[in-house]
Amino acid sequence: MADPTEKVPVRDAQPAAAPDADAALSRGRLVWRRFLRRRLAMVGLATVALLFVAAYLSPQISIWRYDQLDTSAFLSPPSAAHWFGTTQNGFDMFALTMRGMQKSLVIGLLGALISTTLAAVIGAFAGYFGGVLSTALLCLVDLLLVLPGFLIIAILSPSFRGQSWLVFVLLLAAFQWMITARIVRGMTLSLKERDFVHAARFMGVPGRTIIFRHILPNMASLLIIDATINVSSLILAEVGLSFFGFGVQPPDVSLGTLIGDYAGAALTYPWEFYFPAGFLVALVLAINVVGDGLRDALDPNAGVGIRS
Amino acid sequence: MVRFLLRRLLYLVLLVAVSTSVAYLLAATQLNPRARYEGRNPPPPEAVVDAALDAVNMNDKTPVARRFGFWTRGLTQGDLGLTIEGMPVNDEISRRMWVSLRLVLIGSIVGTILGVAAGAYGAVKQYRPVDHVLSVFSFVALSTPVVVLAVLLKNAGIGLNNGLGFTGETKLLYTTGEMTPGLDPWSLVGLTNRAAHVVLPSLVLIVIAVAFYGRYQRNAMLDVLGSDFLRTAQAKGLPRGRALIVHGLRTALIPMATFFAYEFALLFVGATFTERIFGWHGMGEYFVDAVTKSDVNSVAGVTLFVAVLVLIAGFLSDLAYAALDPRVRV
Repeated sequence: MADPTEKVPVRDAQPAAAPDADAALSRGRLVWRRFLRRRLAMVGLATVALLFVAAYLSPQISIWRYDQLDTSAFLSPPSAAHWFGTTQNGFDMFALTMRGMQKSLVIGLLGALISTTLAAVIGAFAGYFGGVLSTALLCLVDLLLVLPGFLIIAILSPSFRGQSWLVFVLLLAAFQWMITARIVRGMTLSLKERDFVHAARFMGVPGRTIIFRHILPNMASLLIIDATINVSSLILAEVGLSFFGFGVQPPDVSLGTLIGDYAGAALTYPWEFYFPAGFLVALVLAINVVGDGLRDALDPNAGVGIRS
Repeated sequence: MVRFLLRRLLYLVLLVAVSTSVAYLLAATQLNPRARYEGRNPPPPEAVVDAALDAVNMNDKTPVARRFGFWTRGLTQGDLGLTIEGMPVNDEISRRMWVSLRLVLIGSIVGTILGVAAGAYGAVKQYRPVDHVLSVFSFVALSTPVVVLAVLLKNAGIGLNNGLGFTGETKLLYTTGEMTPGLDPWSLVGLTNRAAHVVLPSLVLIVIAVAFYGRYQRNAMLDVLGSDFLRTAQAKGLPRGRALIVHGLRTALIPMATFFAYEFALLFVGATFTERIFGWHGMGEYFVDAVTKSDVNSVAGVTLFVAVLVLIAGFLSDLAYAALDPRVRV
């Protein structure tokens, strides 16, 4: 975590030349400015936006739907009619990939929202009130260390087979929040002793209000970064589970099911594997780069990651 | 220090017990072994199905508590029960265990050493080309799912074989299985053959471990590089290289020790994909098959195996912690 003793990167020494100009800006503007200055992060953001638009607009552009068969073109390589080629059954690979990306994006974004919210609320309550909740949280995190979420979701998969993918998102999020919650708990423990929290408490503000009004806003940077990183790790978790058939169920497709179905064809019919895999890596990489840029912008003292 | 380690060990053993019980109870309630017999035509009589399920302690008509009690009693005698086919889980595990362990051990040991070295080197050369290359590598590797990585390396291996003219039976690097069948596993030919099989799958795990460790080690090392004690060490005349390793790296390794335990569970999950892509019959494949076949005892057996693995790794990381940080030893 951000530690005051951490080495300040040389690059960030530059804005110090005009301290007055920076001081006049609000924190939000300042962060946004710093973010804009990271060229790589901007490329990442543009890529994510582009992929998002492509995933949702392409059904309007493409002639083929993801569940439509072209019985005149089995296993055809990429062509003008089928941009990414077709599968053994005549499904259009472009439509499948875009459909899969829609699902991956929704799973990532929704799951990250749920898991970061859970982490923030549970972590802050555990830190502020301590007691049973705090102990339970620490034990849960340790338990997760021994029994990875992947294994538990796999065991539970037969029981959500017939249900909507929302159950799957909830499960993914349910195994994602615990480690962040532990960090939030630690930060709450130190924030709790600060003067402004003491002042609020002595004025008679109830603990619940203090948490939402004073404690959580003070760790907004951590939560924003965590949410971004969660998007990419949830997308990767979905791919892993769907690869074995433990995640998104047919006839629905996701990038994970596509990669699982066509991993064996990577050598013989490369377009079946490399298009979904390439889009997946591009998406996750772009999100990670955005997360890294956000971290630098929100917390200039953390010397993490690559710089542009 | 002995008390510290004993307390940690006790805690870890407790965690293993709880997590394995949770896994067994989840598997016993959520999986449906009866489905194995439901699809048959003509359907077998119910009494026959009950008897078959009773024989392997998976009958859903028996209360979960009774099944769990029976399973725990077996466990205390070192017996993990029977698979859904009626074979002992112990035999299955002891046959498959080393297949996975070979991958995970090579992956974690080589990966950790390389990752720590790469991360520390990148931190020392901060913002130089080497640092950028290492950072980009770990960024891309952490954004690639293990499945995709495994397929890419497998195809690269096949391409390499074809490019170098190894198109016959003998290959430079093998991409399926852990040994060519029919060889004596302990002869010289057998050992080299196994080495040629193990390179690519363990490379997948090494890449993950290097990316994971390199990133954290770089941050930990950067924290240390700016510290006063490192400057003092150099001021008193210690050469820079020695100061960096003895005072810098050693301190930077302390927070990393906690990650060792983490990495093991992570690599086991990674090994599941690697085994599937490279056709190894290890514990990961066993787990996936067991879930698909609703094989409750096998699922519980594999989770126990993973938990014990993490326990050992966790204990080793506590030992490393105690060795590196003198404050713990007091």
